[in-house]
Amino acid sequence: MKNLKIAAAFFLLFTVITGVVYTGVVTGIAQVIFPNQANGSIIEVDGKKYGSELLGQQYTDDGHMWGRIMNIDTQTYTDKDGKALMYATPSNLSPASDEYEALVKERVEKLRAADPEMKDAAIPVDLVTCSGSGLDPDISPAAAQYQVARIADARGISQDKVEDIIDKCTKGKFLGVLGEKTVNVLKVNLMLDGVLK
Amino acid sequence: MSTVVQYILYLAVLVVLAIPLGAYMYKVMNGDKTFLSPILAPCENAVYKVLHIDKNEEMSGKQYTIAVVLFSACGFVFLFLLQMLQGVLPGNPQGLPNVPWDLSFNTTASFLTNTNWQAYTGESTLSYLTQALGLTVQNFVSAATGIAVLFAMIRGFVKVKSSGLGSFWVDMTRIIIHILIPLNLVIALCLVGGGVIQNLHPADAVSLVEPIAVDSEGNVLENAKIDTDSNTVTVDGKAVKDAQIITDEFVPMGPAASQVAIKQTGTNGGGFMGVNSAHPLENPSAFTNLIEMISLLLIPAGLCFTFGKGVANKKQGIAIFMAMFICLAAALAVVAVNEQAATPQLAQDGAVNITQSTDQPGGNMEGKEARFGIASSSTWATFTTAASNGSVNSMHDSFTPIGGLVPMLLMMLGEVIFGGVGCGLYGMLAFAILTVFIAGLMVGRTPEFLGKKIEPYEMKWAVLVCLATPIAILVGSGIAAVVPGVMDSLNNGGPHGFSELMYTYSSTGGNNGSAFAGFNANTVFINVSTAFVMLFARFLPIVGTLAIAQNLVGKKKVATTAGTLSTTNGLFVFMLILIVLIVGALSFFPALSLGPIAEYFQSIV
Repeated sequence: MKNLKIAAAFFLLFTVITGVVYTGVVTGIAQVIFPNQANGSIIEVDGKKYGSELLGQQYTDDGHMWGRIMNIDTQTYTDKDGKALMYATPSNLSPASDEYEALVKERVEKLRAADPEMKDAAIPVDLVTCSGSGLDPDISPAAAQYQVARIADARGISQDKVEDIIDKCTKGKFLGVLGEKTVNVLKVNLMLDGVLK
Repeated sequence: MSTVVQYILYLAVLVVLAIPLGAYMYKVMNGDKTFLSPILAPCENAVYKVLHIDKNEEMSGKQYTIAVVLFSACGFVFLFLLQMLQGVLPGNPQGLPNVPWDLSFNTTASFLTNTNWQAYTGESTLSYLTQALGLTVQNFVSAATGIAVLFAMIRGFVKVKSSGLGSFWVDMTRIIIHILIPLNLVIALCLVGGGVIQNLHPADAVSLVEPIAVDSEGNVLENAKIDTDSNTVTVDGKAVKDAQIITDEFVPMGPAASQVAIKQTGTNGGGFMGVNSAHPLENPSAFTNLIEMISLLLIPAGLCFTFGKGVANKKQGIAIFMAMFICLAAALAVVAVNEQAATPQLAQDGAVNITQSTDQPGGNMEGKEARFGIASSSTWATFTTAASNGSVNSMHDSFTPIGGLVPMLLMMLGEVIFGGVGCGLYGMLAFAILTVFIAGLMVGRTPEFLGKKIEPYEMKWAVLVCLATPIAILVGSGIAAVVPGVMDSLNNGGPHGFSELMYTYSSTGGNNGSAFAGFNANTVFINVSTAFVMLFARFLPIVGTLAIAQNLVGKKKVATTAGTLSTTNGLFVFMLILIVLIVGALSFFPALSLGPIAEYFQSIV
């Protein structure tokens, strides 16, 4: 009985220390030093929230850059007025099945039809695959390059201009070695649309 | 080439940081002064004072076990009720309902046992109060419990003709206050700086650049022309009546970074978000990925060196570390090669470019994030299943057949290739005892380890500790395979479907927590059965380890002679690896050949 009392008291005390104090201290410091990052890295221009720089969206317009394949979910989340919101989940499909082979084939055909300038060039793998989160905000520079001609054509602007924007939105590897080089798709599209400079 | 550098760097950073941390943890174990003592020692003493804990108490193995069990029981009741009542409690800005009993039971068992198997999606199921007060707390205390039991075992080897293994309460206090809190404060703040969210706001909504239209069942309408002013949707010129236009995206919020830090360092692995560290708000960049990935193996690797110092035989710590490290590096190589090679189904006879270059990672990118590519995803998958962490930054369900086999095998080996904090090492020590016993039989000598004779009592418990995971996995998945309805949970067909089922029970039986996440685990049968698997695989080894420690602590030291088998040389390291592999392979080869191995052969013909 004495042991149980100590166990319960010990548990409650450490619930306060690690659950309340620790979480509170981290939240407090984070909100003071890193307010933008701590609140979702949201891109806000003139009071309108244009998206989170860290969350992918789906693009199908020829004049926009396309991202990773998305598995869209509109049934789970709503805003405070009950309006449905978009979110996405990973596919969790095995890349070694016949069904998967057929699925990728369809994606390849769709991209080939949308990017006739690229002819039979091999399509960068990240354009035909679903990401780990389903919400990947980035694509590889190769995948961005693949779409330059289409975007320039659709908008009637020069390919150099599109490449310029891609360059601005490209992030190198960490310390030049770790992770991968990426292009942030939302930023590219907001720049193409003239929202971001 | 640069990819190889990346792999080497990850392994090197791990080793370089683990050695000093190991030395620091040794000081904490003994209550010695450290550079943080001036600030932390007063906090530690305040805890003893408030709770009337005797700092010098020496518990027997039985008392220590009782303390562990009672403490876990308190945590169980609290976390279970917290979830069942979250709907009426504060700290719930999304207004989420109470968690159903079976899911609540599963999640409680999962976080209590340091498994962090998740049959739920954090964003849509748990309130901030449940996450912070329930899960974050269990992340801390379940990790500390594992380390405390290891400390007790180390004392069993060191002390001579004694009866005490130290005090569970003192060990817990020291581990949390001197190791876990300072380490995680630093890590959590680095993560926020890198973009991980940390706030108490309700979820946000942001505009979509391109609104999307869905039919009444939620399927996205392709080629839809959307007019947001008149609220009409047309496909190929025809108006779609019941189409719904979605103009905004959901942005989850909450106190994530603080929980992400401890879920990594404590080898817990339970993500704040459903997709864990693949989520860009939980792991936004290569920088945060480096921190999260290294922290998940840091303490388990460091404890090898703590152990070496603790038993006053640094070479012994290094030998155990080497056995683990060699297995880790070998596993990493297999995963990396297979994921980079991808599958013929993805390559499409060259229509898809899977070649690695300076402008793309190439390889099997299904289920992987662009910012992590193949190298950081393969390394994480290997680390997280070697350690019993279970967090993921890519979807293991979408790995190539052999790339997915390795993580599963690492869990099946009993989570002893570093394993969970504390429990990985005491699991490995049980294998070491098994190894000296077998080696002793070969040369006809009474086996001894670190100067203590290994006798039938230790052997019986060591075998139980080693077999707890195989028993839990095989019995669990065996029963599940014949229960009607379980097949409805599968996301893929054929051998991959069987792999999903087996991965589920391997993950819970290894107290790992990662998943072949296409598997729908949130059913009453799976919630309840995996909960029991997790509890069994956690507590049987704890009881066994403390029983061994109790028996060892009363023994005298045997003098080292010319005939004593060395347990620090290359031969021992080799033997130890061999025993771990033999036990694992014998238990699981038949099952693996029905799952990933069958899938592999199917995919190449």
